[in-house]
Amino acid sequence: MSIVVEGKGLTQDYHVAGGLFRPSKTVRAVKGVDFAVERGKTLAIVGESGSGKSTLARIVALIDRQSGGTLRIEGEDVDIGTGKPTRALRSKVQMVFQNPYGSLNPRQKVGEALTEPLLLNSDLDGPTRREKAEAMLEKVGLQRAHFNRYPHMFSGGQRQRIAIARALMLNPALLVLDEAVSALDLSVQAQVLNLLADLQEEFNLTYVFISHDLSVVRYIADEVMVMNKGEAVEQGSRDAVFTDPQHPYTRQLFAATPITDIEAIRARVARRKAARAAALA
Amino acid sequence: MALLKIRNLTVSFATSTGPFKAVDGIDVDIEPSEVLAIVGESGSGKSVSMLAVMGLLPDTATVTADVMEFDGRDMLSMSGAERRRIIGREITMIFQEPIASLNPSFTVGFQIEEVLRINAGMSKAAARARAIELFDAVGIPEPAEKMRSYPHQLSGGQCQRVMIAIAIATNPRLLIADEPTTALDVTIQKQILDLLLDLQETHGMGLILITHDMGVVAETADRVVVQFKGQKMEEADVLSLFEAPQHPYTRALLSALPELATGDRLPTVSDYFAEAGQ
Repeated sequence: MSIVVEGKGLTQDYHVAGGLFRPSKTVRAVKGVDFAVERGKTLAIVGESGSGKSTLARIVALIDRQSGGTLRIEGEDVDIGTGKPTRALRSKVQMVFQNPYGSLNPRQKVGEALTEPLLLNSDLDGPTRREKAEAMLEKVGLQRAHFNRYPHMFSGGQRQRIAIARALMLNPALLVLDEAVSALDLSVQAQVLNLLADLQEEFNLTYVFISHDLSVVRYIADEVMVMNKGEAVEQGSRDAVFTDPQHPYTRQLFAATPITDIEAIRARVARRKAARAAALA
Repeated sequence: MALLKIRNLTVSFATSTGPFKAVDGIDVDIEPSEVLAIVGESGSGKSVSMLAVMGLLPDTATVTADVMEFDGRDMLSMSGAERRRIIGREITMIFQEPIASLNPSFTVGFQIEEVLRINAGMSKAAARARAIELFDAVGIPEPAEKMRSYPHQLSGGQCQRVMIAIAIATNPRLLIADEPTTALDVTIQKQILDLLLDLQETHGMGLILITHDMGVVAETADRVVVQFKGQKMEEADVLSLFEAPQHPYTRALLSALPELATGDRLPTVSDYFAEAGQ
């Protein structure tokens, strides 16, 4: 199994500018994180707000340069600070964001949004680009006729499909999904998760899946990394982390996540009845 | 007697393509000191129906109902002044975005004192003392110091605690919480839900919890109403709903929960409607 993406001791610092009476300071958002993901697998990064999970996602997606540590993509060291990434490298890593309303240009037709990555990163001619885009629309469960429509004509779930289609236009090896299903309704979320599973199988894609939702992570992940305040507090296979969490923070997360277990509901209803009877007596 | 009784509530919005019915004939009953969860996805009309009760909808909305009674008083025929004595005092509401619900230009202390002075007729000193008590009751650390904070200086969870303190300031009979924890982290969500249930229990309030999250329903509700496209699909006590959901849409919602997934694929809502022939 080949490793598609690997991080060693990755750190990210943000500088907060000072004011007249306030010294400037440095915030370390990611404090030395190690991970590796094999081809065709999914690494889920879980954490609450401020855990640094999105900061890490932006480093992996080659949007921000890391402050320290090394990032390797398909075995090659990558540092976007020392040189512009090549077309080939840009094509390998793509990202899907949380909010499909914000990540698509409202004045750009869906077809243009899909062909633009090809225009910038490949030498294909117009008709070929169009054909590829229409085929991709079908792949993600939309229709060829949607090529000439604008984003506002689609629902949230359909827009997220478009965002995924655009991310796949350059045949990437790695897809970074930052809370990609969090803004979707439950039933639409299920459809998009199914789509992601199908696409992973078909294109042998590797996913880095950022989420705060443990039930989604349990469904989609092979490996899980739990982050808290910039540190990876727990890492392991999905089954290991979910059945036997080691770190207190992971256990706290599990304890706080609402569950729909029938026995738990039965116990709660009984507790409430007893409390009420006691209050009346 | 039901605390709030609504029959055949309809809300339609005037749009450029004609009226759009967001709520289509909903009945709601809530007993005193009951927790009712209204569940649905976006567009189910779950928020709109409660905003209609509160009179918070814009002018483009037309609200009709056969019956809308609070504590036996007919809310449809009462004057605006009478209605305002109920809304904000006996029925209060909290919202999804706690930071956006507070006024950024005033301290949180001023905002809760204002409610106590206007709605409970307290003097400035009495309002201040009561406000500190309330902040303490909702678990805000250093309540007296926090009174001087502006909303942006507090975290999301703390702002929601301030909102809850304001909402219970007038000892309401009914609290409507519209997705109160959706914008919060899970560990904070748990704290806020525990706080709401605790207050509900000690004050004997009715609590209507509007949510899209089946996990939240399972951990809070006594009774559940499932809405879809402005109509009620199913109503049941919480245990029956999870044990034996009757309506295909409820079954679909429950099976779309990733945690209940069996096998590789998640069933989707359309699978269930296909099965039900709808």
